[in-house]
Amino acid sequence: MELFINQVLAGIATGAIYACMALAVVMIYQAIDHLNFAQGEMAMFSTFISWQLMQWGIPYWGAFVLTLALSFAGGVLIERLLFKPLAKAPILTNVAGFIALYAIINSVAGLIWDFTIKQYPTPFGSSPFLGSQLISTHQAGMIGVTILLLILLYLFFQFTRVGLAMRAAASVPESARLVGINTSWMIALGWGMAAAIGSIAGMMIAPVVFLEPNMMLGVLIYGFAAAVLGGLTSPFGAVIGGFLVGIFENLVGTYIPGVGNELKLPIALALIITVLVVKPAGLFGRPIVKRV
Amino acid sequence: MSAIQEVVTEAPAVEAVPKRAMTLGYGTSLALLLVLILVPLFVKNFIIFQLTMLLIYAVAVLALNILTGGSGQFSLGQSAFYAVGAYTSAILMEHADINYALTLPIAGIVCFVFGFLFGQPALRLSGVYLALATFALATAMPQLLKLGVFEKWTGGVQGLVVTKPDAPFGLPMSQDMWLYYFTLAVSVAIYVSSVNLLRSRSGRAFMAIRDNEIAASAMGIDVALYKTLAFGVSAGITGVAGGLGAIAVQFVAPDGYTITLAISLFLGMVVGGVGWLPGSIVGSAFIIFVPNIAEGISKGLSGAVFGVLLFLVIFLVPHGARQVAVVAQQLLGKFKKS
Repeated sequence: MELFINQVLAGIATGAIYACMALAVVMIYQAIDHLNFAQGEMAMFSTFISWQLMQWGIPYWGAFVLTLALSFAGGVLIERLLFKPLAKAPILTNVAGFIALYAIINSVAGLIWDFTIKQYPTPFGSSPFLGSQLISTHQAGMIGVTILLLILLYLFFQFTRVGLAMRAAASVPESARLVGINTSWMIALGWGMAAAIGSIAGMMIAPVVFLEPNMMLGVLIYGFAAAVLGGLTSPFGAVIGGFLVGIFENLVGTYIPGVGNELKLPIALALIITVLVVKPAGLFGRPIVKRV
Repeated sequence: MSAIQEVVTEAPAVEAVPKRAMTLGYGTSLALLLVLILVPLFVKNFIIFQLTMLLIYAVAVLALNILTGGSGQFSLGQSAFYAVGAYTSAILMEHADINYALTLPIAGIVCFVFGFLFGQPALRLSGVYLALATFALATAMPQLLKLGVFEKWTGGVQGLVVTKPDAPFGLPMSQDMWLYYFTLAVSVAIYVSSVNLLRSRSGRAFMAIRDNEIAASAMGIDVALYKTLAFGVSAGITGVAGGLGAIAVQFVAPDGYTITLAISLFLGMVVGGVGWLPGSIVGSAFIIFVPNIAEGISKGLSGAVFGVLLFLVIFLVPHGARQVAVVAQQLLGKFKKS
């Protein structure tokens, strides 16, 4: 029983990271109806930036905040320069754009910081949390940071003018434009926020998976799985999906013999396919209606 | 839940390409074929090997082109089908002692079935989901190939070594040259059948689906069936390319078939021009020679170069090599007149 609780808690901790990635993916999907295949690489690059800042002697939380700001600016910049001109292009062109972005960021990170694996510090330490053997302080920190982030995002989207404008621009762009919302900039803002949320996921998971240019590939696939499970149209679903996927991954790894780390990605694949077959709209998503 | 029901009028996945613009004329095709036949007589063995790889990747890009340019669907998972084809060929040759030429159709059939089955769930959904599912497939494939259960056949992380075939009937040719002509024959056969496929009833059904799915189904086309079929055909051809690749490289290993390969093939298709079959060879040349040049400058640079060039193509020549060819043709026409 203790093993079970232990694994569930550890699953919630990694699930928190998947939830962040899924949330970032869904935010961009809501804004422009495309999946950002470069989301993981953007997060990886942000994590490297924070690592570099710490190497230059900036304390952890200083680097954390600075990285958030830089990632936000980077996200906005990418949208303005590369994807705004593609808004009316066919889907294929957009997919090609995301793939190109993926290749560029991955390669540039390797060029600047090379492909060796690096240690990444944790601000929470890794001793047992509150004296219990069930969960480490870093895992507890991961959950705490994610929940704080979710509360802040909820407050932002429910109670601020900008949050309301962003929701309006995502759900009914034409009407939003008619009431004077600058929908184009709302999309850029969404990109910036997605990049910032992704960077948090990167900085939180880096002490676990270690820092290297390919570190986010697995996390991104699980983020996708979480987003599909929760429903691509529902940010709330994405978060729930993230936690569920994290718990599922840990329990499968513990209780099914022969399924270890080397089957991590095929499990995510199987999960995505299963959801697409059984419930394509996800747990909380709206089914898409096509107009003839 | 919001009161507004989401209603989507889907934008076309890819721009429509007229049927005639998808192929080359007879004269140009024959001239190109003649060049491909003659070139190996004048170059070194290593360059012959590179030309063989050029043809193999061209076949793989062609397969993706049938899927995307023909039926308007995406796949970011072509590397997975390439890997399955390569492993099928390698295992049959090394464990069952089957002749290399016979392993190719088997690899094609295995991949066709694999692609057809994999396509079943994903194809009922829009392009985004298919891109997602195939992306996940491509990332998961190396781990699947490394699995301990299959190690007896696949050789696990180490992979398998494949023996290179000799020229038959005592022909006075080096192994490389024979393999080149063998690959050329297979590629030409695949190219001709692909052109014929797109001109057939099925091909027209593919294009109808690409241009407007709802109109296509109103005309009585079984959309789900033809989409899965296109996916299967594309996977099958990619599998043959994978088998050829295994024979040419004489080696298969899980890490040779990562998402990077899938990205390369995708890039090759975009550069060659989506829906323009002869562009496949241009795209293939691009993905073989550009990394060589980039890695010569700095290690790890090829990804960045690929990405930047891909953006340049998207923004400047969205129709890839086809657009360049058309412009060149027009210039030539003007030149002749004056």
